[in-house]
Amino acid sequence: MSDDELIWRIAGGSGDGIDSTSQNFAKALMRSGLDVFTHRHYPSRIRGGHTYVEIRAADREVQSRGDGYNFLLSLGDSFARNPQEEAYYGNEEIKPLSENLDELREGGIIVYDEGLISDEDVEAINLEERAEENDWHVFPMDLRGLAKEHGREVMRNTAGVGVTAALLDMDLEHIEDLMEDAMGDDILESNLEILHEAYDTVNEEYDFEHELRAPTGEHDSEQALLSGSNAIAYGAIDAGCRFIAGYPMTPWTDVFTILSQNFPDMGGVSEQVEDEIAAAALAVGASHAGVKAMSGSSGGGFALMSEPLGLAEMTETPLVLVESMRAGPSTGMPTKPEQADLEFVLYTSQGDSQRVVFAPGTIEEAYEQTRLAFEIAWDYQIPTILIYDQKLGGENTNVDVDFFDREPAPDLGSTLTEEELREAAHDNSGKFKRFDYENAEDGVAPRSIPGQKGGRYLATGNEHSPVGHISEDPDNRVAQMERRLEKLEKIREELDEERESNQTYYGPEDAEYGIVTWGSSQGAVSEAIDRLNEQGHSVKGIGVSDMMPFAEQEVRAFLESVDEAMVVEMNATAQLRGLIQKELGQYGEKMTSLLKFNGNPFEPAEIVEGYEVNLADEDRQPDAQVRIEPAAGD
Amino acid sequence: MSAFNAIGEEREIDRDEYTPGVEPQPTWCPGCGDFGVLKSLKQALPEVGKTPEEVLTVTGIGCSGKLNSYLDTYGFHTIHGRSLPVARAAKLANPELEVIAAGGDGDGYGIGCNHFIHSARENHDMTYIVFNNEIFGLTKGQTSPTSPKGHKSKTQPSGSAKTPLRPLSLSLNAGASYVARTAAVNPNQAKEIIKEAIEHDGFAHIDFLTQCPTWNKDARQYVPYIDVQDSDDYDFDVSDRAEAAEMMRETEDVLNEGTVLTGRYYVEEDRPSYGQEKKAVGELPDQPLAERYFDDDAEWERSYDLLERHT
Ligand SMILES: Cc1ncc(C[n+]2csc(CCOP(=O)(O)OP(=O)(O)O)c2C)c(N)n1
Ligand code: SF4
Ligand SMILES: [Mg+2]
Repeated sequence: MSDDELIWRIAGGSGDGIDSTSQNFAKALMRSGLDVFTHRHYPSRIRGGHTYVEIRAADREVQSRGDGYNFLLSLGDSFARNPQEEAYYGNEEIKPLSENLDELREGGIIVYDEGLISDEDVEAINLEERAEENDWHVFPMDLRGLAKEHGREVMRNTAGVGVTAALLDMDLEHIEDLMEDAMGDDILESNLEILHEAYDTVNEEYDFEHELRAPTGEHDSEQALLSGSNAIAYGAIDAGCRFIAGYPMTPWTDVFTILSQNFPDMGGVSEQVEDEIAAAALAVGASHAGVKAMSGSSGGGFALMSEPLGLAEMTETPLVLVESMRAGPSTGMPTKPEQADLEFVLYTSQGDSQRVVFAPGTIEEAYEQTRLAFEIAWDYQIPTILIYDQKLGGENTNVDVDFFDREPAPDLGSTLTEEELREAAHDNSGKFKRFDYENAEDGVAPRSIPGQKGGRYLATGNEHSPVGHISEDPDNRVAQMERRLEKLEKIREELDEERESNQTYYGPEDAEYGIVTWGSSQGAVSEAIDRLNEQGHSVKGIGVSDMMPFAEQEVRAFLESVDEAMVVEMNATAQLRGLIQKELGQYGEKMTSLLKFNGNPFEPAEIVEGYEVNLADEDRQPDAQVRIEPAAGD
Repeated sequence: MSAFNAIGEEREIDRDEYTPGVEPQPTWCPGCGDFGVLKSLKQALPEVGKTPEEVLTVTGIGCSGKLNSYLDTYGFHTIHGRSLPVARAAKLANPELEVIAAGGDGDGYGIGCNHFIHSARENHDMTYIVFNNEIFGLTKGQTSPTSPKGHKSKTQPSGSAKTPLRPLSLSLNAGASYVARTAAVNPNQAKEIIKEAIEHDGFAHIDFLTQCPTWNKDARQYVPYIDVQDSDDYDFDVSDRAEAAEMMRETEDVLNEGTVLTGRYYVEEDRPSYGQEKKAVGELPDQPLAERYFDDDAEWERSYDLLERHT
């Protein structure tokens, strides 16, 4: 836990505008030359309810939210349902202060809006006493009053940012620039006044006894602050996807919204439809008619897509679906992260399923694997699914702008032109042999598109003959099944042999102990591995992305190279560990699980503790809300 | 230059072009009304100048869903109830295609009814033919949403306690801009109605009465039928929503008493189709999206050019 970093938490009611305030503050920190990482925590409510955003900033790479935090800007909840102690939910106005104290580090700073949170309430939570115990520096500020005086009450966030900047000894330049970009003239002036007034007040009225200051740094190249949802949407755009159909559901809605907002300017089409069955079916229809199309959803909505997904598999219609996980089962905890849909996504829909599943874990991986998903889907005529969690979708971090300076790839893969169709095989009646197993390469039979001359065929979810007629002939059945199954093996070969690995490795190669993880837990795992090695342990890690076809070779090699391994994932049933055992048929005795399913992502310290408990072979659970699931035979 | 040269091709079209080679032969039962739909489509399509390869026929699952196995266009035999969302998207992807969706009464008025309502509401420019045999044919004769009240089947052994769904009224209220009912026993009227539906710019819904002699023995063969446009007993204006609604209600009521009324019920000429509406708000490109993927000179936008908002 180093103090060369700032972890700033802004807490308020949902509806208090902390999202946009924190987004701009994170950008200001990024522009000042720091690496940043944001984490948002919010309830499934539109107004009120305790919510916060954390921004971690340091002059080095930051890959997770970190452990705890060191600066609290508590706005109080101006949408509190019931500002009385006796109310069923308790006094909510003060919750953005009272409920955030446990994780505040020693020596940390607290700024709260005394315009909203009353002195009696603060006394009632013994803030003074606790501050003394923990060496916290408390700054009650009338943010509301200050905002009102120079503008409107809602501008109290700006006052909070001004106070923050003063206490951290930050230059206001980047903050001002961003406000100028974001605000219209009518409100800009008042906001700037508020910012400066707050900044000056702090400097005039307080002697600083705290040590925390904003870190300083410098970037070698221009940075962009974006989320996993942005990266997936941008990967899709660069892959030439121009059709999306969907139905809103948190957290998938982010990707859907970003593309819906961008497509009209790019000649693309977005359709919000009646339900998720329709959404997936539309994507299939658009793809069938020659457009690169996608759809997606979260748990329950994705469940409705099972049947159209199977239709795409059987008709070999290229398709990309995204599944954005949130805590289940059923409606679960809609705004909380979890990684418990892996098995669901791998196997949903009837029959011997043949799909590709990638699980990106970082912003860069989300972009790369989305592009790859489209490429594979259109080359091999197979549905490809990107599975990611709410945490990756919503977290923002800085990425080199140059990373995105890439050629677009709109190619339709194994699709024929009319000219090529003339050379292709047809049956006696002139029908195109769309599912020609005799001339297929790598299991792939090239496709035609409706409207093309000489390409007529029937696509059907029934088993079918080379021209697409429904057929239950046993020989044809076996030939078609084998051809379709061959595609997955060829994709495995391509991923293993021809492409850069989608798996990410952490720590020293010759380490004795391994941590296996997937998705957004990679960030916390990677930090934990750094810390463990600094403490003298010998630990390395692998983040797995290729779920189907599974990264068999790489995971096997990794597990072979270590004495013991711990699989870290945000679910209760150890799904990745189960998949490894199924795919590799062994290592049940080598792998322990560290699981977390309380709705909050792993913090690096929890992984360090899990490792220590596990290594010491102690018969106890870690203190944090995580579970150790022993290896088989233990 | 277009990548889809079957579209808009001007030439003589032989009806046989719509018939597959030797195989497959229709497997419908003798006397099945589904033959009537196939036959009238094969007549209508050449008459409206459509070549087989500019037509995409999208079907659901049921005896009716086999339509495109025997009608040699581009075809997509989808899953139970989902022909419409697949068809809609194909039309958006390439508006120049002639898109015809079809399926059974179970398929369209039962499991896929949500899509039916929304496709009608959105007024997609396509034809939707529902083979209404008032029964689940393929799964061997269970009660369907249009089975008459009291209809006995293996799954409703004491007779259905449900009032049948009103397909025409539902269609009108949902927003279809062309609504007609025809019957397999009346191929000439059927052909004319199909032609009108194809030429109509908007969602054209045809409730097609198709007798199922195998499972719906107690149901009629839909004879004698009356064409409401030809009969002096009926006089209403197909462009008047209220009059159409009243006529539809009566038609639905008397069917269960044995009177088969058919004809055009509602025709709204000036309502823009969904494609036109979507273009008007700038959410559908002027050129068919599908063409762009075959255009080597097309410029593809990049995310790199969107990054300013993130810096
Ligand atoms: C999701 C799903 N549920 C059930 C079925 C089984 N099934 C196939 S066709 C059908 C009903 C057929 O009735 P209808 O749609 O009226 O078509 P018809 O055979 O009468 O033409 C059913 C229930 C299925 N294929 N898929
Ligand atoms: S079961 Fe009925 S609907 Fe199906 S083919 Fe036979 S007659 Fe036609
Ligand atoms: Mg039926």
